[in-house]
Amino acid sequence: MTAVRDSLAAPARERRKRPSRLTRTDKLVLVLMCGIPTILLIAFVWFPALASIGLSFTTWDGIGGLGTIKWVGFQNYHQIFTIYPSFGPALRHNVIWLAFLAAVPTTFGIFLAVLLDRQIRFTRVYQSTLYLPVMLSLALVGFIAQLFFSQDQGLVNGLVGRSGEAPDILGDPRLNLWAVLIAASWRHVGYIMVLYLAGLKSVDPSLRDAAAIDGASEWQTFRRVIFPVMKPINIIVVVVTVIESLRGSFDIVYVINGGKNGLELLNVLVYDNIVGEASRIGYGSALGTILLVISLGFIISFLVISFRREQRP
Amino acid sequence: MSALATSEKPAARAPVRVRPRARRGNRRVHAFLIVVSLVWLFPVLYSLYTSLRPYSDTAEHGYVSLAHSLSFENYKNAWTQADLPHYYLNSALVTIPAIVFTLLLASFVAFGISRYSWKLNLPLLMLFTAGNLLPQQVIITPLYRLFLEIPLPAFMSESGTLYDSFWGIIAIHVAFQLGFCVFVMSNYMKTIPQELSEAAMVDGASAWRQYWQIIMPLCRTPLAALATLEFTWIYNDFFWALVLMQSGDKRPITSALAGLQGQFFTNNNLIAAASLVAALPTLIVYFVLQRQFIGGLTLGSTKG
Amino acid sequence: MVDAETVLSRRKLLKGFAGTLGAVTLPAALAACGGGSKAATGGAGGGGGGGAQSLGTVTFGSNASDAVPKDAYEKVFAAFKAAKHGDVQVNTVDHNTFQEQINSYLQGKPDDVFTWFAGNRMQFFAQRGLATDISELWSKVGDNYSDALKAASTGADGQKQFFVPFYYYPWALFYRKSVFADKGYEIPQTLDELKTLAAQMKQDGLTPIGFADKDGWPAFGTFDILNLRINGYEFHMQLMNGQASWQDPKVAKVFDEFRGLLEHSQEGALGRTWQEAAQGVAQKKTGMYLLGMFVGQQFEGEAHDDLDFFNFPEVDSNVGADTLDAPIDGFMLSKSPKNETGAKALLEYLASGAAQNTYLQSDPNNIATAKDADTSGYNALQKKAVELIGKASNISQFMDRDTRPDFASTVMIPSIQAFIKNPKDVAGLTKQIEAQKKTIFAS
Repeated sequence: MTAVRDSLAAPARERRKRPSRLTRTDKLVLVLMCGIPTILLIAFVWFPALASIGLSFTTWDGIGGLGTIKWVGFQNYHQIFTIYPSFGPALRHNVIWLAFLAAVPTTFGIFLAVLLDRQIRFTRVYQSTLYLPVMLSLALVGFIAQLFFSQDQGLVNGLVGRSGEAPDILGDPRLNLWAVLIAASWRHVGYIMVLYLAGLKSVDPSLRDAAAIDGASEWQTFRRVIFPVMKPINIIVVVVTVIESLRGSFDIVYVINGGKNGLELLNVLVYDNIVGEASRIGYGSALGTILLVISLGFIISFLVISFRREQRP
Repeated sequence: MSALATSEKPAARAPVRVRPRARRGNRRVHAFLIVVSLVWLFPVLYSLYTSLRPYSDTAEHGYVSLAHSLSFENYKNAWTQADLPHYYLNSALVTIPAIVFTLLLASFVAFGISRYSWKLNLPLLMLFTAGNLLPQQVIITPLYRLFLEIPLPAFMSESGTLYDSFWGIIAIHVAFQLGFCVFVMSNYMKTIPQELSEAAMVDGASAWRQYWQIIMPLCRTPLAALATLEFTWIYNDFFWALVLMQSGDKRPITSALAGLQGQFFTNNNLIAAASLVAALPTLIVYFVLQRQFIGGLTLGSTKG
Repeated sequence: MVDAETVLSRRKLLKGFAGTLGAVTLPAALAACGGGSKAATGGAGGGGGGGAQSLGTVTFGSNASDAVPKDAYEKVFAAFKAAKHGDVQVNTVDHNTFQEQINSYLQGKPDDVFTWFAGNRMQFFAQRGLATDISELWSKVGDNYSDALKAASTGADGQKQFFVPFYYYPWALFYRKSVFADKGYEIPQTLDELKTLAAQMKQDGLTPIGFADKDGWPAFGTFDILNLRINGYEFHMQLMNGQASWQDPKVAKVFDEFRGLLEHSQEGALGRTWQEAAQGVAQKKTGMYLLGMFVGQQFEGEAHDDLDFFNFPEVDSNVGADTLDAPIDGFMLSKSPKNETGAKALLEYLASGAAQNTYLQSDPNNIATAKDADTSGYNALQKKAVELIGKASNISQFMDRDTRPDFASTVMIPSIQAFIKNPKDVAGLTKQIEAQKKTIFAS
């Protein structure tokens, strides 16, 4: 009599067709229940997103009324790609951020999850410790990064400085991005670890037992049996990594030096042009649209993959 | 982030795992994990250490030194000079209503799309899920303009509009976090047997009663887990309040800390103390509700 | 199917609702009682009996987030309350953040009066109707200001005034007298002498010239003064308001000299704030530092008494050394102030020497703009500043106030930082600046 679904092991799923006995009040109630949140979402999220895209084709200083908006076609994009010196570095840094986060903390998080998935003692303690940084806001992580990496008062320079010249980690555009990435990774590992652990716990143990009986080593078991079955979680991990790198990076970088000099990022550029004293709305919206397009690529793949799964009978 | 979705689907588990464990291997694993855990704790411990040292101590001996004296002086200063209690209140005023409204509205939508089959179910779900994945900076300008235009009665907002008001921040948090909560709740609600709803319908229960008396009580676990997650995310938000709240003293504590840095910049000890004090609520929530939270994540493996 | 679990959870949800109700009323309560703990000064002491009509409460948006200026303003407002019976409610925002968010601030619900700066930066917002014309006020207080100050407070059309000057301060090379006396240094009169002095300092184990540009704007001071010394005031202003080209060889000359100075300047500037660099001078580790007189805020006690400055030396004898950056800080009246009468009264008060003297007592790192300010109580530095500015044939406002704010923040900050990182490629840099300038000034 179970109508339960488990997407990881694949038992047959039953779904009985329900008789439709919705009264008119019921229908009204349901419409309201779904409608009000939807209106909120569209008004405060989707409408601004679309408006941003629209504004990216205009020039506007944001001050005059809507009547002062001037249409300029692709001019903003053209300028961004040709004469905006900060754009190249920002794009590069975003890509590096994404690649680094995917390569290092994500894999390490998965590794830790696999380790902790065994029934060893103290697993809760390890999990708590590793997850702790995730509870801190990224702005706080930025502060802590400064405690470590600041040129005159940081811990790292304090230790290194005893033997030689103290490098200016946060001020050197070749080094500061990596310092910040280390700080971000510190937080990201725990996040991925917990997600993966949750997924691992719902893997059907019979799969593992079968592999063990076949004589597979741990690594082989993971690679051939567990990893493929974790596909939905893998997707989630990818999406979370992408979102964190595109969105979360703003807080850390802003707190450290406002996103200049080696810490340029697309989302900070948007902020500088729109919220900063500059108020170049069209230009900033174009930068935002570029950011949106990059995110959408991943968002759409996620939606397609995860909802295709939902529709499987 | 959406692991809750998959893990909360109860797995039909039959045999208990029986695997031989090599003792030596376990010891190595423990050793490794202990080292990693210590490395992970170190930054927080160092901040704590710095925050307990009076400014004079570090000014004299530098930051990388053994403390000659420890005191709570920085905490006292942070509490009074930086006016932290006031900012705590601001955070509470934003976070608590935001959590309540988010969970409430999300459960509404989740109920609608998971217990009834409509043509719009899937598109609606996608709309909500995608909404949560957008970077905040993309929507900020039109949002800011919108906030300036939407009027609020004076008792709800000093400024007369959504801009620079607590309700404005609450609204954008709710709108932004709805997606994730809808996704999780709807996935969870789908696992509740249809028979329950059918029995209720036979008994003549209206849709609302089904929601309120049957489905929602069963959603205690995901609600608790989501509340914890949302609390952390909303409390830790930096961007929305930075941009949509212009009065320095109305800002929640995380955004206000940025201003603090400007004010006390050379006093790392004070900043460390203030940062730790600011992080305290999330840490408390974490330690107290951790069992529930991680339990919620691993729910799928035990419910049967 | 009602069991203990369900009952518990329902209770939990109900509790949540009760909490919501509380939360709904709480922000309302806060909103109603006027924003909670915004600092309303002048409450306790002053304003006794007196039949004087109360001016009500004036709201004041302030970027004075550092301790010293914040305290100084509090004293001024207390005096205002005592003299004019008006309350001032101060809304302080972090200094850099205040400037960054000025656009949304002014379009949202700004305070009646707000701190701002003279120059293009002021005209920019006046032109867009975000400030109220106060020419009428100027007809009352105009006599208290010099013509130069009036010009700096006037909008782009040259007719109406929008700004009330409060204090200003020179940019110069600051040093500690005891260090110079100790090592027998002499004040350089030309750029070559300056470089020689710097080399000497290096030999003596000091960092010759302090330098910090983490915030992006302090380095503008060096560019400005070099441009003024090499190419003169006229060209500098033309460059600032977009008429001259950044690819003009005159500009390249400035960058070349800048590069020369960088060799004697503190390394790692991009990771250092001006406050930290000032500490270097206070601790006698750095010899000289080019900054505004507000650097004094970082010096306490005997260090402050030991502080002195000299005018940046001349580079070209045809140009001389009688121009400098002397930014003026003051106030503007927002577009639709809630308490216009009270706000104008506050501005009138702030335009008086009495108010400015009150401020300077707590923050003596500036000098008053009002003619009737009492300069007898000035310390040595202030007197020197009065002399220096008095002798100047022209004063400029500093790059980020003399040029368009969007140009300064999105183009010049990254460009100068790029220059500091790579001082050799001047041609490429100026080309980029000019290309961006054209698009910005055209909009």
